[in-house]
Amino acid sequence: MNDSSEPPSSARPRWRILPQGDRCIVVSFGDHIDADLGRTCLAAARKLRDACWAGVTDVVPSFAAVAVHYRPDGLDNGLTCASLTDRINALLAEGIPADAVGGRDIDIPVCYGGEHGPDLADVAHAAGLSPDAIIALHSQRRSMVFMLGFAPGHAYLGVHDEPLNIPRRPSPRTAVPAGAVAVANRQTVIYPSRLPGGWNIIGATPLTLFDPAREPASLLQPGDSVRFVPIAPEEFDRIRKGQP
Amino acid sequence: MSVTVIKPGMLSSFQDRGREGYQHQGIPVAGAMDERAHRLANALAGNTGDPATLEITLTGPTLRFDLPACFALAGADLGATLNGLDIPVHRPLVARAGDTLAFGARAATGVRAYLAVHGGFALPPVMGSESTYLRSGFGGFKGRALAKGDQIALRTPLAEGRDLDALHQALWNLRIYLPGVVANKRRESIRFLPGMHWDAFSDASRQAFTTAEFRISPQSDRMGYRLAGPALSMDAPRQMLSEAACFGTVQVPAGGEAIILMADRQTTGGYPKIAQIATVDLPALAQTAPGQTLRFQQIAMEDAQRLDGERERAFAQLHEALAPLRAVLTLA
Repeated sequence: MNDSSEPPSSARPRWRILPQGDRCIVVSFGDHIDADLGRTCLAAARKLRDACWAGVTDVVPSFAAVAVHYRPDGLDNGLTCASLTDRINALLAEGIPADAVGGRDIDIPVCYGGEHGPDLADVAHAAGLSPDAIIALHSQRRSMVFMLGFAPGHAYLGVHDEPLNIPRRPSPRTAVPAGAVAVANRQTVIYPSRLPGGWNIIGATPLTLFDPAREPASLLQPGDSVRFVPIAPEEFDRIRKGQP
Repeated sequence: MSVTVIKPGMLSSFQDRGREGYQHQGIPVAGAMDERAHRLANALAGNTGDPATLEITLTGPTLRFDLPACFALAGADLGATLNGLDIPVHRPLVARAGDTLAFGARAATGVRAYLAVHGGFALPPVMGSESTYLRSGFGGFKGRALAKGDQIALRTPLAEGRDLDALHQALWNLRIYLPGVVANKRRESIRFLPGMHWDAFSDASRQAFTTAEFRISPQSDRMGYRLAGPALSMDAPRQMLSEAACFGTVQVPAGGEAIILMADRQTTGGYPKIAQIATVDLPALAQTAPGQTLRFQQIAMEDAQRLDGERERAFAQLHEALAPLRAVLTLA
């Protein structure tokens, strides 16, 4: 696995086209998680989305792939797996500038430890560091939103430094509160609503991650660059009271 | 003026063709389990576009029309009656103010029926769709399944003072021919394309998937169908990265029991994918009940897409053929 502190690779990204049934094509760029690969996926997804091809309904980036969902239009020369594969290959062959991720810079306030972060001590113990050192590791470098999945507005961020390469909890919790900020495998997830979950909860954000009545409904979008900003419990309460 | 829910039935929720364009925000598509029947109901109610229909599951609701309306049913025949009299599926029908639509008068032939009203139900679109996503509680009618006492307004009720006898007669006189590919058809086997990880599954597992019988487990719902049958496994189990999932993706968690992802699936999944159900057979799958058995049969991509395209063309032709129906309904 590449360390995200290394300079971006200058090698041209390679991809494989993998049909997932008759209405989806997966463009696969690799099989592991790293920041360069993630940026390539996000840039490719942006390029495919901006193409606005008729019949393409969703472009969904994930850690190492981009899924292109489409519908047939009933025309004799309409969208097929073969024709869409050709178009994807031609478009991506023009180049995938990895700096074209196009995300926004977003601050996410996080109250670490205490009642909001019940697993902070366990994480510190597993990493052989103090809780304060874990907070510093988590908040001092920006994280990128690789993908959303699992639930509406549920974001996966990373890639964190090696000390945060710790496994998920042996048995998942049946209910994790909305706003919980949790780590595992050098990644962070933020629970947008009350959900089951097995990640290590180190803190919580008072922000509303998902609101179907808001546009966009999800606070975080793929490609966003996030800075976790440590806040005190009083600040957490103040922010949470100030929003619906 | 609206439709009032006297009894909600087992699970009745509003669905359209799904919430497309938001999966990158982790937002599930949802939508009709049997999209074919949903579209057919809309077409037969004289609708254009894609207003939500009411997806009715096994035990149907009892509904009272508080205003005159034209409606149509498609999908499973769940024994529908209007004021106690049997009514057919796949016909445009007239309800008068006070009429009661109920279900269960006959044995069900399938799982899901779709009720469309002319003009559509007055539902607020959420992210461009009227589909209910039950798990997160948004879309459709208040983000949930129907409950007793709910009143759902209609978007464009029939013009006041309309001669309903004449309308009834005019609708009855319409000759409606349904091409086979848009109507209900049971299938001996459900066709599939190899999944992303088909080659990584053991020979025995691939063999079993293509030849064995699988039973749909009772723990099956709009999110997924669990299959009881031979355990499936990969030659060398490995961790998968979470990536996109589709309607009809067949994934296999560590236990070896396959799950077919259905309308309310999550946008991404991290389990190995042995197969992908051909879109043309998803409606037949959606009409198969827990407890029933299935077999799977491989199909080539070209054939799957040809059949999918043929159904699209059949819907386009049906839409043209139903122009007289829409003309009757829009008469002042």
